[in-house]
Amino acid sequence: MDGPKGVPVTTDTTRDTPPPAAAPLDELRGRPVTLGQKVHSVLHRQPALSPAIVLVLAGVVFALLNPRFYSLQNLSLVAQQVSVVGSLAVGQTLIILTAGIDLSIGAIMVLSSLVMAKLVFDSGVPGALALLIGAVLAVLAQALNGFLVTRIKLPPFIVTLGTLSIFTAATLIYAKGQTIALPQDSFVLWSATPIKIGSLNLTTGVLLMVVLYAAIGFALRYTAWGRHLYAVGDDVEASRLAGIQVNRVLLSAYMVAGIAIAVAAWIVCGRVAGADPNSGTNANLESITAVVIGGTSLFGGRGVVLGSLIGALIVQVFDNGLALAGFDPNYQVLAVGVLVILAVSVDQWIRSVKA
Amino acid sequence: MTTPVLEARGLVKLFGMVVGLSGVDLQLYPGEVLAVIGDNGAGKSTLIKCLSGAMVPDQGTLLIDGEEVQFKRPQDARAAGIETVYQTLAVAPALDIASNLFLAREIRRKGLLGSVLRMLDTGAMRKQASDYIDRLGISTLQNINQAVETLSGGQRQAVAVARAGAFGSKVVILDEPTAALGVRETGQVLNLVRDLREQGLGVILISHNMPNVFEVADRIHIQRLGGSAGVITPKSHSMEEAVAIMTGAKKLEPAQI
Repeated sequence: MDGPKGVPVTTDTTRDTPPPAAAPLDELRGRPVTLGQKVHSVLHRQPALSPAIVLVLAGVVFALLNPRFYSLQNLSLVAQQVSVVGSLAVGQTLIILTAGIDLSIGAIMVLSSLVMAKLVFDSGVPGALALLIGAVLAVLAQALNGFLVTRIKLPPFIVTLGTLSIFTAATLIYAKGQTIALPQDSFVLWSATPIKIGSLNLTTGVLLMVVLYAAIGFALRYTAWGRHLYAVGDDVEASRLAGIQVNRVLLSAYMVAGIAIAVAAWIVCGRVAGADPNSGTNANLESITAVVIGGTSLFGGRGVVLGSLIGALIVQVFDNGLALAGFDPNYQVLAVGVLVILAVSVDQWIRSVKA
Repeated sequence: MTTPVLEARGLVKLFGMVVGLSGVDLQLYPGEVLAVIGDNGAGKSTLIKCLSGAMVPDQGTLLIDGEEVQFKRPQDARAAGIETVYQTLAVAPALDIASNLFLAREIRRKGLLGSVLRMLDTGAMRKQASDYIDRLGISTLQNINQAVETLSGGQRQAVAVARAGAFGSKVVILDEPTAALGVRETGQVLNLVRDLREQGLGVILISHNMPNVFEVADRIHIQRLGGSAGVITPKSHSMEEAVAIMTGAKKLEPAQI
C-alpha cells in the first residue's frame, strides 16, 4: 500500500518488488475440501436446492403421518391453493432480487381483482376488457412504486409501506364494503376452469401460474435484462459503472412484477368467484415468506424464481399436511415462522463464507 | 512521433470559484503507459473525468487520433474506444467472470431466439471470455464460470482490467487500480497493464504509489494545483524529484520537459 498522499515513498527497496511467488497458493489448493465446504459450494451455486430438500422431506413426513396426503385429489388441492401466492411470489422475487421489498403487492392484487370484477358486474364491461384494465392498473400501480424508488430515491420499504395503505384504502373505498359475485360464464372467472387429468384436478389458474414461472424464469436466466437485474441487486454502483441503465432496470422490475400481480388477481377472481375486498390481506407477507423460504437473498442479486414456487409450496404443504395429521392449525403458523428464520440463516451462511 | 491516440488541449474546468483544471494539455500515444500523479486537489480526478466523459470541460478540446471529439456522457467515451477501470472494484460479485466481462454488452443468440426471445449466447460469451483471459495470461483465473465473489481482490481487479482491455479499442484509463490491493495482487495488475501496452493500447494510470508508477510507466504526467507541472520519464528523474515537483518543492526546468 502507498503511504499517505503526498508523503514521499522513496526507499529503493520498495522499487524492486520481487515477482509474486505462486508456490504457497498451489499448496493451499491441494488441501482436502471438508464436507462443510462441499455442501456450501453446492448450495452457493444452487439456491433452490435447500428449499427443494425441505419440500421433499416435508412430503415424506406428512405422507407417513397420513397416507391421504399423497392422494392426487389432495395434491391437486395444494396446487390450486398455492396458485395465488405462487404467482404473487414471482413478482416479489423480482423486487427482492433488486435488493428491494414490496409490501404493497397483495394490496395491489386485491384492488386489481376488484376492478376486474366490478367493471363486469357494475358497468357490464366485457370480461376480457375488464381483465385488461385491471392488469394495466396493476402495472401502473407498480410503476408508481418504481418511480418513487428510482426518481425520488426513497427506500422500497417506505415506498411500499405507503402504497400498501393507499391501495388498501382505495380498494375499501371503491368496494363500499361489498363483495362481488360474478356469473360462472364470465371471462374473469376463466382462471377457475377445471383441468382434469385422471384424478388430478387442476385449474387453468394453476396453468397460468406455471406459464408465469416459465416466462419469468426464462427472462431472468437467458436474457440480458435478467442478468442486469441480478447485477443491479448485487452491486448498484458496479452495475452503473459497467454501463447498465440502473433506473431503467429497476423500474422494469417493478412493472414486470405488476404483470405477475395481474395474473394473481385473475386467479384470485376465479378462486372467490368474483372479488372480495377483504381477501388477500395476508398476501403481502405470504409472498415475502415464499420468496425467503425459496432461498432468494433479501440482500439482492441471489436466487431463482423456481425457489419461490418451492417456498410457496412448502408453506402450503405444511398447512395441508399438519391439518391432515390432525394438528391445531396454529402449529402451521409456528412452523412457517421457524422455516423463515432457518431460511434466512442458511442464506447468511451461504453469503458469508466465500468458498 | 506518431499522432497521439488521445490528446487534450487547454482543458479548463471550473467549480464555481474553484479552479479544477486551468488549461491542461495531455498527450497519450498508442502503446505507452502514461502515469498521472499529483497531490490531492491537483486536478487528477477532474482531468480523468473529462477524458472518460464523466465530466464535460468548460473549455478546451479533446482529440482522438487527431480528430476532435466531444464527450457528453461516459457512454460517448466508451463508444470512441476509451474504457475506464475504477478504483472501486466495479464488478458484480454474484455473477461469473464471463458475465462480468460482458456486463451491459451481452451477446445475443443469432436468429429468432435472439431477436424475438432475446436469448443470450452464453456459450459464445464464455468462449470469447476464456480466449481473452488466456491471451492476457491471467493464469489465476482458471474457471470462467466462477462467481467473481470467490476471487481475491487482485483477481477481481484483473477481471475489471480485462474487461477494459477487451472492449477499449484505443485507450484504457485506470484510476488507482492497485489502491485496494496487496503486493502480490498489485504485481498481477501491473503485469496486465504491460500486456495492454503490448497490445498497442494507450494506457493512462492514475496512482499514488510511486514505486508502481516508476515500475510500469513510460512517461509521467505531473498535475499540480489544477495545472500541468510537466511530463517526466522514469529515466530522466528519480522518485524523489517527481515527488518534489508534485509538491512544488522543485520546478521542472523547461529544457527537461
